[in-house]
Amino acid sequence: MTADPMAEIREVFFQECEDQISELEMGLLRMEIGQGDAETVNAVFRAVHSIKGGAGIFALDTLVRFAHGFETCLDRVRSGRLAIDPAGMALLLRSADALTDLVRAARNGEGAQDARAQALATELERLAAKGDAKPPSAPTLPRAAPASSPLRTWIIRFTPKAALYAHANETALLLRELSRLGTAEVEIDSSALPDLTEMDPEDAYLSWTVTLATHHDAATLRAVFDFVEDDCDLDIFERPDFAFQDWDNTAAAESAPQPMPAAAIETLPPHPVEAMAAQAESAGTVGATIRVDLDRVDRMIDLVGELVITEAMVSQRVLEAGLARTSAIAMALEELEALTREIQDSVMAIRAQPVRAVFQRIPRLVRELAAQTGKQVRLVTEGEGTEVDKTVIERIADPLTHMIRNAIDHGLESPEARIAAGKPAEGLVRLVALHRSGRIIIEVSDNGAGINRARVRQKAIDHGLINTDAPLTDDEIDNLIFLPGFSTASAVSDISGRGVGMDVVRRAVQAMGGRISIASKPGQGSTFTLSLPLTLAVLDGMVVKTADQTLIVPLASVLETLRPDGADIHPLDNRTAVLALRGGYVPIIDIADVLEFGSRIGQPEQGVALLVESEGGGRAILLVDEIQGQRQVVIKSIEANYRAVYGIAAATVMGDGHVALILDVDTIVSATRESSRLEAPRSLSQVF
Amino acid sequence: MALTVLTVDDSRTMRDMLKHSLIAAGFRVLQAEDGIDGLDVLKRETADVIVTDVNMPRLDGFGFIEALRRDAEKRMTPILVLTTEADPDKKSRAKAAGATGWIIKPFDPAKLVDAIRRVSA
Repeated sequence: MTADPMAEIREVFFQECEDQISELEMGLLRMEIGQGDAETVNAVFRAVHSIKGGAGIFALDTLVRFAHGFETCLDRVRSGRLAIDPAGMALLLRSADALTDLVRAARNGEGAQDARAQALATELERLAAKGDAKPPSAPTLPRAAPASSPLRTWIIRFTPKAALYAHANETALLLRELSRLGTAEVEIDSSALPDLTEMDPEDAYLSWTVTLATHHDAATLRAVFDFVEDDCDLDIFERPDFAFQDWDNTAAAESAPQPMPAAAIETLPPHPVEAMAAQAESAGTVGATIRVDLDRVDRMIDLVGELVITEAMVSQRVLEAGLARTSAIAMALEELEALTREIQDSVMAIRAQPVRAVFQRIPRLVRELAAQTGKQVRLVTEGEGTEVDKTVIERIADPLTHMIRNAIDHGLESPEARIAAGKPAEGLVRLVALHRSGRIIIEVSDNGAGINRARVRQKAIDHGLINTDAPLTDDEIDNLIFLPGFSTASAVSDISGRGVGMDVVRRAVQAMGGRISIASKPGQGSTFTLSLPLTLAVLDGMVVKTADQTLIVPLASVLETLRPDGADIHPLDNRTAVLALRGGYVPIIDIADVLEFGSRIGQPEQGVALLVESEGGGRAILLVDEIQGQRQVVIKSIEANYRAVYGIAAATVMGDGHVALILDVDTIVSATRESSRLEAPRSLSQVF
Repeated sequence: MALTVLTVDDSRTMRDMLKHSLIAAGFRVLQAEDGIDGLDVLKRETADVIVTDVNMPRLDGFGFIEALRRDAEKRMTPILVLTTEADPDKKSRAKAAGATGWIIKPFDPAKLVDAIRRVSA
């Protein structure tokens, strides 16, 4: 944080702009699908209006000008003077995009793309003109300070009406204001004042005459009465010096009392304030929120993580001290454990955010891609309110963007090809988020041509990724697109060919403890499914022991555990073996061997087999010596504290204070698989 | 004793900006996010002057002013309306609702302070 308050407010402004832009986009999209009710249009208008207001403070002129034109247009829509057709809607959407860019440019202090904004501004002006013959007025700039002039004497005759007082204005204050402008003489005329019994306390009966000697001009004097000009009779003129006495007498005589209207305040129609408040509350749309620096939340999460570990350590010590489970201290500890869990969940919930933040960027991306590829695309999103940890949200943005690019660029066909295939010209891309068994699932599907397996296979052979005669199932062929260096577009296209392949997407997803899978049907389209943990701070793990080392296997990857029967184990060579399992064969991976812990104690059948599922590598058996239990562990980055270690995803601190390593199941399984598929007789330690 | 000013605006930028300008001028500042919130704040606190935006969710500036003018205690509290343009239509609507005066955005802090001093004793 900086000490400069203006810089801080500027930062707040840009943060707020992000919210406003989200509001704006959401509202426009609702309008686009015909769900734009009055409040939606109002919210859209307000968003642009607020951005303009803030931009004005910081003299961001380009932004102010553009927002003004945009706002004018929206105001016409809001007041019902302008109906929006699809072309107009598209213009509003593009304008929202341009506004986003202008805000970003302003934030980064860059020069804005004036040409594009200018062209859109002209279009907006034309659109607004449909709703109103009169062109939008330019934003008012602060008035220049008046030039000083010679001393002159002015006469100000002022008779307030009751409305002036009803509006909480005050004659005394106006007179005070006048007297600040020069030397004033004030006279009061109370001739209209009735008898006390007949007096209405809310009415106005007095009038004033001020003689003011000042350097200011008439406009400045009038400005004092700016707020009250409709609520009084006002006369301002320069005193002809020679006739002062005569005039003064006449003026006093002429200042007759005015008939007073009833106080405006009494005639106002009742305003349903309470009803509105009640409605807002019952709708539950508005909850009190605060903005908190993310660092503070993270610090708290860190501390709660330490609390969980400490609590586990205390429990362990109590257990070791041989205290009965029913002892008061053990029971109190149990309560503490439950509380600690609850605190942890609550703190995690603070970081949870709806995926809307990411989903909202997608419509714009789709519009741009559709324009670039000449394809017609309709985007459907579902489950935008699904909540997930903020870090996860931040980290899925890039993979998701690439998946959408992929779906439009590679998945959907051109309108001509679609029509030829008997499909509607407009392709569909669906983006869905949902919670399933403690994870968040994000699906990107298209109704395009599906994966061209023959072509994928050929590419993989051309790139030397598989042997010419490799016997692959459809599923395995589909999964080839996740291999490094794979690209199905014959020519590197503008869109997907940005040096990012699906392998990068997979790696990004795996780095978060996520999985990605694909399902494709020829002629019907493809579905990519992301499965991600809800948080990256804790992990449900299985505590195992092998070669005297304690390890954690992420519970999410463990399908089942079993004690292998010696007869089911079929060695392939002196290092590798497979396990016969329900009619199929699953490769056995000896963790102690792979991680070079030395030999595992005993024969395979004396160990415990964990059937795990990995992304890309399929199923495998991880062989360990024993299972010690299951527990939630706090993830500590090993990379940040030491360096990246092959086969290890992270570390944690156990209840006894020892460090245990968390296995990176996907890396271990897929590396074993790949090395056996390529038939390279190398151990993993040589591969990596 | 410092004058207390209640600022009602749904834009946090504007609220911060108002607060910054007003505190620098020696006022005490109360804040609210919209009309409903403003009425709420006034149930607990007393403001000498109110500065309100017009366009706000839930209860806009006009509705907020009308509600205050019906309240026996607050009907004499000066209320300044923040408006973006010198829109005569908006001004007269604000007037009809019971506003004391207006401030044109983007406001000049000196003019804002000046306007507040003009309407407060």
